Amino acid sequence: MRVQSGGLIDRNTRLTFRFDGQSYQGFAGDTLASALLANDIRLVGRSFKYHRPRGILSAGSEEPNALMTIGQGAYAEPNMRATTAELFDGMVAQSQNRWPSLGLDLLAINNLAAPFLGAGFYYKTFMWPKAFWEKLYEPIIRRAAGLGALSMAHNPDTYERAWAHCDLLVIGAGPAGLMAAKAAALAGLDVIICDEDTRSGGRLNAERLEVGGLPGADWAQALEAELRAMPNVRILLRTTVTGAYDGGTFGALEVLPETVARKTGGARACFWRIVARQSVLAAGAIERPVAFRNNDRPGIMTAGAVRAYINRWAVAPGRVVTVFGNNDDAHKTAADLLAAGVHVAALIDARPDATTELDVPFYPGAVVCDAHGSKGLEAITLQGPKGQEKISTDCLAMSGGWNPSVHLSCHMNGRPEWRDDLASFVPRAGAVPGMHAAGCCAGQMSTHAALQGGLQAAQVAAQALGVDLPDLAPPQAEDAPYRLAPLWAVPGKGRAWLDFQNDVTVKDVRQAAQENFRSVEHMKRYTTQGMATDQGKNSNVAALAVLADATGRGIPETGTTTFRPPYVPVPIAAMGAGAQGKGFAPERLTTSHAASLEMGAPMIAVGLWYRPSYFPRAGETHWRHSCDREVAHVRQAVGVCDVSTLGKIDIQGPDAGALLDFVYTNTFSTLKVGRARYGLMLREDGHVMDDGTTARLGETHFVMTTTTAAAGQVMKHLEFVTQALRPDLDVSFASVTEQWAQFAIAGPKARALLNGLLDAPVDDSNFPFMGCGAVSLQGVAGRLFRISFSGEHAYELAVPARFGDSLFRLLVARAEEMGGGAYGMEALNVLRVEKGFITHSEIHGRTTAFDVGLEKMISRKKDCIGQTMADRPGLSGPEREQLVGLLALGNARPLTAGAHLFKTGDEAISANDQGYITSVAYSPSLGQFIGLGFLRDGRARLGEEVQMVDHVRNVKTTCKVVNPVFFDPDGGRARG
Amino acid sequence: MGHALALERPAPDAGAQVWDDYVHNRENPAGETRDLWYHGLGCGAWLVVHRNTVTHEIYGAALARDVKGAGQ
Repeated sequence: MRVQSGGLIDRNTRLTFRFDGQSYQGFAGDTLASALLANDIRLVGRSFKYHRPRGILSAGSEEPNALMTIGQGAYAEPNMRATTAELFDGMVAQSQNRWPSLGLDLLAINNLAAPFLGAGFYYKTFMWPKAFWEKLYEPIIRRAAGLGALSMAHNPDTYERAWAHCDLLVIGAGPAGLMAAKAAALAGLDVIICDEDTRSGGRLNAERLEVGGLPGADWAQALEAELRAMPNVRILLRTTVTGAYDGGTFGALEVLPETVARKTGGARACFWRIVARQSVLAAGAIERPVAFRNNDRPGIMTAGAVRAYINRWAVAPGRVVTVFGNNDDAHKTAADLLAAGVHVAALIDARPDATTELDVPFYPGAVVCDAHGSKGLEAITLQGPKGQEKISTDCLAMSGGWNPSVHLSCHMNGRPEWRDDLASFVPRAGAVPGMHAAGCCAGQMSTHAALQGGLQAAQVAAQALGVDLPDLAPPQAEDAPYRLAPLWAVPGKGRAWLDFQNDVTVKDVRQAAQENFRSVEHMKRYTTQGMATDQGKNSNVAALAVLADATGRGIPETGTTTFRPPYVPVPIAAMGAGAQGKGFAPERLTTSHAASLEMGAPMIAVGLWYRPSYFPRAGETHWRHSCDREVAHVRQAVGVCDVSTLGKIDIQGPDAGALLDFVYTNTFSTLKVGRARYGLMLREDGHVMDDGTTARLGETHFVMTTTTAAAGQVMKHLEFVTQALRPDLDVSFASVTEQWAQFAIAGPKARALLNGLLDAPVDDSNFPFMGCGAVSLQGVAGRLFRISFSGEHAYELAVPARFGDSLFRLLVARAEEMGGGAYGMEALNVLRVEKGFITHSEIHGRTTAFDVGLEKMISRKKDCIGQTMADRPGLSGPEREQLVGLLALGNARPLTAGAHLFKTGDEAISANDQGYITSVAYSPSLGQFIGLGFLRDGRARLGEEVQMVDHVRNVKTTCKVVNPVFFDPDGGRARG
Repeated sequence: MGHALALERPAPDAGAQVWDDYVHNRENPAGETRDLWYHGLGCGAWLVVHRNTVTHEIYGAALARDVKGAGQ
């Protein structure tokens, strides 16, 4: 029910929203929870396990009951807390975990079966037969015990990530946080202040308190405005600090109001990473319920929440309200209700010596022992010194005291400290380096104490930063003592709830203790206490107290479970932000990308690069048609292929040759200027790292080529070698992969094609096989390398990347005129398999130079990386699997990469394994399937027949072991 | 790369045990350690980072180039 006047709402802005299909109205400034209460809706959800009717319990992010699905279709977001969901016009909310409807929930049968569903029920019941768990029990339990469901549609919302740095991060913009921020800001520190609420002020917005002669909420607004005007302060509202991490790093989730997100098309939420030199934890405190029979009935709320609804949102959560507590603070609720004109049926205080001056029926030394009404509270029974009494009431405001929000102080494994006077925990000093607690969070319970505490925390932080704070006195504010007598659970029969979200009762915790789950960690896991999405924010301390009582220990001896990030649920979409779909990884495109797409080439991802698979022509219906034609082009005429993705590292300096001698197994310092050489690179453990050609362009200038796959790894390796092993070498290098577009021109007509383009013709004398040098191409300075990865007479022509697109188009057009054309990855692979050239399919990290038949390339005249370890026993010899070629026998029998090799007659089991296939191709040149693979003692077994068995694809093929060079074994075509 | 031992590359004839230690064996202390870090997404520098594996405290960092250079 809305109260006639007051509250921090805008009564001129009416908002229409829907809840479970019905239309309602609220005001700007409402949360979904306050608007529901204003419309007298008390039943808002069903509990997780027993499907008990549940109402709104709190007014903050600790809410365990009022979880809603907000939004529709793909935009629907489940498990939103109604207490923190800002109301907007057109909001559509649905209750959860009920079927068929909130009022009639058939799974409420679980509630009747409750005697069997206590702690450990699932563990004890669904143990046997084992196989049933995954297929039968778990799916049923998951359906019955649920939170909201995902729409299963792609999430169309956008999210952002952001980074920030500051001197001081203030967590919480209540009185303590605001005061700390002000002091630090005046001293010139860079300050970020975060609060999960939509406005600063914290509890000041929920109380009738004055600060510095102003209503508390107004004081907070004025100070917020003052801080906003300062250039060194950033205020992040709707931003929950979710975690504290190493090195002063914090995670924070900023939720943008849906109206803003919709209007601007902006992000729904932003996940911040904030690095702060110091921090002030002013997160406040969370009120705890009292456990008594049926204390989960809709209409039973925390006393502080009732005050918040009355004072901030001008909503009376009931028409006849009863207040029950064990502390002075609860009395304020009765006073605020009276001030708002709401009838207070009774004020019940568990302390026998409590007094009040309020004009209400007062029951000192009494406790509420039962609640009546199913879908909404109708009455309570109290147990007083004079016996039991039943009181009609539709709302009970309860308070068991306040638990300081220590959560963030525990994120780096610090345990909080017990304080007897508060009957709760406070953050341990130093638990998070550089973090200082202030306000209620530090047990400073009055407004004055909080303001003072904020100043002190800022002082300590400033000192650590070597800054003097200005002399600042806290404004005038109440300084009432906080007195309470611990009351955790009212004795009696029936079920009394501790953890509302996970349906954990006092009985469950006692049962856990009885079954010897006496450690708090065991109790937690056995009962699931505190393991719901609210992490037991309002129940963990009470559960601990019940466990302590059941095990005859004090609370500090019983210990406490810890809290882990995130403080509130964080959508993974917010942490990932743009990193989904195409945003997951950068895309690297070659200069020929557009032209390749225009030619209809399907692109294939090679690491981050995209390369054309093949270039289909009219009438070709299968990739093999295109591939076979492209191979024929290269073997018979001329083909053009973009090879720019290969790593290119420019190496210069007097010691460039010495560096190459050290990283390659073979010698480069003796290479003549104008010549290129194939090089093999090992890891220090003696296995092959990479291979490629390196060309000497000048006396002190080399260009190294790496494979596409290992370009980054080789760069890192060179950095390591030059910095960590040989800083004495006078050499510099840089990756120039993206600076040069490079194209292979391969085939018998390659030279003819080139000579039609180059400003000066090439021949065998100025560009012999493995020659290299500068060329000019219509005035553009390029580089030409006579190297071949196809086995044909071939060149690689490099030009600055900006000429790549036009050069590619030109080369392809000329090649087509000469009976050839562009070729893609498929043809490239066939050509190199026919020649037995290795790629990272073969040098996959477990093969040695010996295995691939290149052991003679390890020079003995010098030391090089990997040389010593390559000589280890076991890395060479007949026991090794060695590179061989494999010819499929029989017509059109395929070979498959990854298949294993067995001796004819042997059973195809791992004990009989002889090796495996790494690369396969259909060779149009040979007219049959060929492959490369590794076979035990393979080089001694040429001519032998072996069985290929592919257990995955279920293929068996007989093949013949041959030399890995299938085509033109003496290499005359490339040299000629 | 683990412990900064990787800076101390043995001579080719140092023997199997020394090479095995160099390539494969690293201390993994609970407490202070000197690690070799690589600034891969930045300047490409290799760093010797002096830190504590228990508290995650970082005491300091030096360029591997300088550490190695000083040793020679």
